[in-house]
Amino acid sequence: MTLHIGQPQRRENARRHLAGRGRFVSDLALPRMLHAVFVRSPMAKGRILDIDTEAASLCPGVLRIFTAADLNPRCQPWVGTLDHFAGMQSPPMNILAEDEVLWAGHPVAMILAHSRAEAEDAADQVLVDIEDAEPVTGGAPVLLPGAPRANEAADSNLCYETLLETPDVDRAFAEAAHVVEAAFTFGRHTAVTLEPRAVVADYDPASGALTVHHGTQTPYQFQDVYARHFGLPEGKVRVIAPDVGGSFGMKLHVYNEEMGAVAASLILGRPVRYVADRLESFVSDIHARDHDVHGRMAVAADGTILAMEVDDLTRIGAVSAYPRTSAAEGNQVIRLMGAPYRMPDYRGKLSVAFQNKVQTSQYRAVGHPIACAVTEALVERAAEATGCDPFEIRARNLIADDAYPHVSATGYQFEKLSHQACLARLREMMDPDALRVEQAALRTRGIYRGFGIASFVEITNPGATFYGIGGARISAQDGAVVRMLPSGDIHCAISVTEQGQGTETIIAQVVADQLGVAPERVSVTTGDTATTPSGGANWACRGAGIGGETALRAGRQLRDRILTLAGALVQADPATLRLAGGAVVDAASGAPRIALEEIGRIATYRPDTLPHGVDHSLTVAHHFAPVGYPFDFTNGIQGSLVEVDTETGLVKLLKHWVVEDCGRIINPLLVDEQIRGGVVQGLGPAFFEECQYDVDGQLTNGSLADYLVPMAVEMPDIEIAHIETPTQDTILGAKGVGEAGTAAAGAAAMNAVNDALRPFGACLTQTPMTPLRILDALDAALKERTAP
Amino acid sequence: MKLPAFEYLRARSPEEAWQLHSEVEGDAVYLSGGHSVVPSMALRLQAPSRLIDISGIADLHGVVAQDNALRIGAMTRHAEVMDNPLVARHAPLLALAAPHVAHPAIRNRGTLGGNLALADPASEFPAAVLALRAEIEIIGPEGSRHVPADEFFLDLYETALAPGEILTAVHVPLPPASRVFAFDEIARRRGDYAMVGAAAQADLEKGMIVDASIAFFSVGFTPVRAKAAQAALIGAPLSRESVARAQASLAEDLDPPDDPGFPAHRRLQLARVLLGRVLNQMETRP
Amino acid sequence: MKVLVNTKVNGTPVQEAVTPRSSLADFLRDDLGLTGTHLGCEMGACGACLVLLDGAPVHACLVLAVQAEGGTVETVEGLTETGAVADLQENFHDRNALQCGYCTSGMLMSAQALLARNAAPSRDEIRDALSGNYCRCTGYEAIVDAIAATGRARAAATESAQAASANTEAAE
Repeated sequence: MTLHIGQPQRRENARRHLAGRGRFVSDLALPRMLHAVFVRSPMAKGRILDIDTEAASLCPGVLRIFTAADLNPRCQPWVGTLDHFAGMQSPPMNILAEDEVLWAGHPVAMILAHSRAEAEDAADQVLVDIEDAEPVTGGAPVLLPGAPRANEAADSNLCYETLLETPDVDRAFAEAAHVVEAAFTFGRHTAVTLEPRAVVADYDPASGALTVHHGTQTPYQFQDVYARHFGLPEGKVRVIAPDVGGSFGMKLHVYNEEMGAVAASLILGRPVRYVADRLESFVSDIHARDHDVHGRMAVAADGTILAMEVDDLTRIGAVSAYPRTSAAEGNQVIRLMGAPYRMPDYRGKLSVAFQNKVQTSQYRAVGHPIACAVTEALVERAAEATGCDPFEIRARNLIADDAYPHVSATGYQFEKLSHQACLARLREMMDPDALRVEQAALRTRGIYRGFGIASFVEITNPGATFYGIGGARISAQDGAVVRMLPSGDIHCAISVTEQGQGTETIIAQVVADQLGVAPERVSVTTGDTATTPSGGANWACRGAGIGGETALRAGRQLRDRILTLAGALVQADPATLRLAGGAVVDAASGAPRIALEEIGRIATYRPDTLPHGVDHSLTVAHHFAPVGYPFDFTNGIQGSLVEVDTETGLVKLLKHWVVEDCGRIINPLLVDEQIRGGVVQGLGPAFFEECQYDVDGQLTNGSLADYLVPMAVEMPDIEIAHIETPTQDTILGAKGVGEAGTAAAGAAAMNAVNDALRPFGACLTQTPMTPLRILDALDAALKERTAP
Repeated sequence: MKLPAFEYLRARSPEEAWQLHSEVEGDAVYLSGGHSVVPSMALRLQAPSRLIDISGIADLHGVVAQDNALRIGAMTRHAEVMDNPLVARHAPLLALAAPHVAHPAIRNRGTLGGNLALADPASEFPAAVLALRAEIEIIGPEGSRHVPADEFFLDLYETALAPGEILTAVHVPLPPASRVFAFDEIARRRGDYAMVGAAAQADLEKGMIVDASIAFFSVGFTPVRAKAAQAALIGAPLSRESVARAQASLAEDLDPPDDPGFPAHRRLQLARVLLGRVLNQMETRP
Repeated sequence: MKVLVNTKVNGTPVQEAVTPRSSLADFLRDDLGLTGTHLGCEMGACGACLVLLDGAPVHACLVLAVQAEGGTVETVEGLTETGAVADLQENFHDRNALQCGYCTSGMLMSAQALLARNAAPSRDEIRDALSGNYCRCTGYEAIVDAIAATGRARAAATESAQAASANTEAAE
């Protein structure tokens, strides 16, 4: 029964935020709480000779200053490798730098004071003497034998490499009518959640219990991490993730500072608060992307895509992130190449290199934007080479909607996708013929508009083969406890978490429909390891698909319990009863038999009146792990319309379109806003966002005045349509949607910019597409045209 | 990003301000809107021991049209510069520049005097007062003086203000009815510091340009008057040819820094584009 | 040395001794417990900390608490209690114009100030008024929609009130 599933239900928890009543970790103040500030290496690489904390220790309000020697022994070092990434290496990481500093911003000392301001005053007084070494900050040459190493504890700068290929790939290229190719550079950017990372670690020596209030999307993972790395019984560790001011994958990694806050609380026996300020965020939050990709595509004379070959060099930090590693991004890049297309042959090479910068790791749409941009840019070139238009070449090559199941050239298994339907729908929305007419007319007036499209797949609902198989203690299953209260209201405690995407709302909708009540009668608890069952929580787009299915199945079990109990109470066969309108009703006629409230009253207060042996427990717990396909892929296509000012290189984003298929839509209001937010997180790095480093490994734009995030004026309105292809792996049929917007927005925009610049013969293959890069591309094209 | 500790004092008169300033020689900063000093202290780029709040000094307030000039008090906030009818009428370049200065909430607090005293070479108002041929009114222990804008901006964040002196007002000469104005900038995002910006005014007689005053910002260590471009325009009608001459002569006027991330030739190129657009805006202005 | 500050916060007179280096944001959050005002960048770039000072939105991170002397401060908590932004809040809720909620109070301040100046702003004008408000979650469109809807409703309410009073006058 789906009364509420599929409805644009508003988010109940949004009311608190609108009233300024959000409860973020950065708002939390506990008795005796100390404030932590970290002294950081100003250099990207070097050897610590001395740290003089004497003057700092005399500053007002300072309680304690830790260096590596006093803090690190309290915590087991962590290593960011996974077993299924064969041959991967990454040296162990400690809270504070011991001898070597590995990036500008690497914490070397920790100050605990009565206020953040006093801790900052003291940090200014710590004298750190570091023998400067030349940092590794470059590209491909760092992998040559004998190159200086970013991390002396690694045996080279190669963290990981892998190769995927089909047997016939060389023949495909040899026999192709056309081979198109290009070299791409994708800049480094970062999450810039509006609430920075925040943690309040509260160790109570009297009870031996550690409570960590942590602005994270994965509380259970951190319960496990804190227990293991600090040698505490898991049952004594509680992680609470209340309201979180944005996460996007950035808040599920292990960071030096959070581990430091826990260690300090364990040592001092009092609460320790660490909230990164914005300058610290830029040099300690994970960065993302940072790829050089060379790509080729083999195409038949009729425009059929035969094969792709790509070589991706991605540069991470001086260690791989923990526990998901910094190699998963590149791994997904090479596996997602060409994924929407029938393309039979493929070769993909990945090299993951260490360097002395902030570590990179998973951020919204891991690997997707890179694979999509490379594939879709090459498809545009193939279209040009074969005289097809962008819609025509995609119609020819996208996997047919009736050709499933399908296995991609890189080995991904697709259950059922809807590329062709999405393409057709996008064509209706964009009306490319009209856009071409307008484009031609405007060009005569010196106005250069262009449009571009990009098909994509998105990985959602991952099973245990994603990380678990590599030995990581990262759960791919989720759990829910659903219970009926004496009033007949419903409560669901579930392991998927809420950072504003609407998890609690959709869980209430799903549970409500199983139990025949309005969603307003379902309250949902998330984000606390002490009150909800263990599970994967939120990563890789799994809240709706896996969390929703967990809630659905738990809800159905509770339904069966209620009906059994009701059968005993009204003396009817439970099979003739169902739940509707807050009551048990006759399944056939819908006539009310007994209200939930009455069942709750009897089960709770008068179980003595029940027939002997009738189970009156109205609480069920259920865990669900994905079954069937290793992932539930989603698909879609995006379109972008831009206007390029060819005199200044500025780009105006006029319009963006998305057609998306995330399977069963639980809440269209929330799905659309996930897509819009995701698109803008894709457009940001396509045009604005870039962590800029100088040759010394210094981040030169690490503040919100200098790092350009997408803002309201520059972003377009986004029109969205849906195709719904539910997965058959679950009863609910929902897949993820959080990363779809980000996956292809940049690719569509790059194709649009290049379409606008076509009259000049200019072509961009680097992001962000800044005004200066656009002017450089125009100059290069002019030079080429006018060369003798 | 918490500010280092300091002593906060309010001055009710210029005399009191100098006195408080001189007590901690070289270690005091005047506070008006605070929108440059406060973030700079939050970044711990400066740590004065004393902030002297001069926003309560009456003489720094108010916008008044006097005999030959419009006097704009130093404490006039950007939002008021944007909305004040006297500014719109007599100093339109300031009104045109104001919407480009950061964002609405910043404009509600930031003051014109604070902005000019900081002399950020990427900021809009310094170039606007240069193009307006305004005078800066300064008061100090030695008395009050007026400094032409052309002599006020000396170097990066360096002005004609001596230590302890206070920028009290800007005097903009009342324009003749025939004067035309234009202001524009090229910025990555709305409210960002411009990649390059320009303020210009010109006097036209029978279609001929008899006077032109053009200033660029975000092109060096100070706002820069484009003398050669001005000369290229004076005596000619505003035409495609004269605009092209002015654009070509910009190389003599501007010597932008050569940054690997933003080469000098690009900034010059953008300045030429912008000059063309600004002059075109003048032409199309009624 | 602490300085005594007299100000009015959400309609209530407040007299507190503050350290001069405390920003208005830290004062509101830490001393008064008004944590609906958020800190995102502490340098006036993100707009998360906007509050109304004497009726106009300002960055509470760039204003020192001592500079609020004699002023009137309104935060999201106060505007909620008076109902001044109830329609904006309702439209934000309807349109799902917030996700994590961290930017929301700043957005409400900018929207309220815009609509006070311009009852029926265009989408471009709304986007311009939000030029200093960073939101990482929504992509802005829903926020623009919510503000536009509020503007339309307020304009319609004003119009019908005017029409009603015109009718009354005509009747008299």
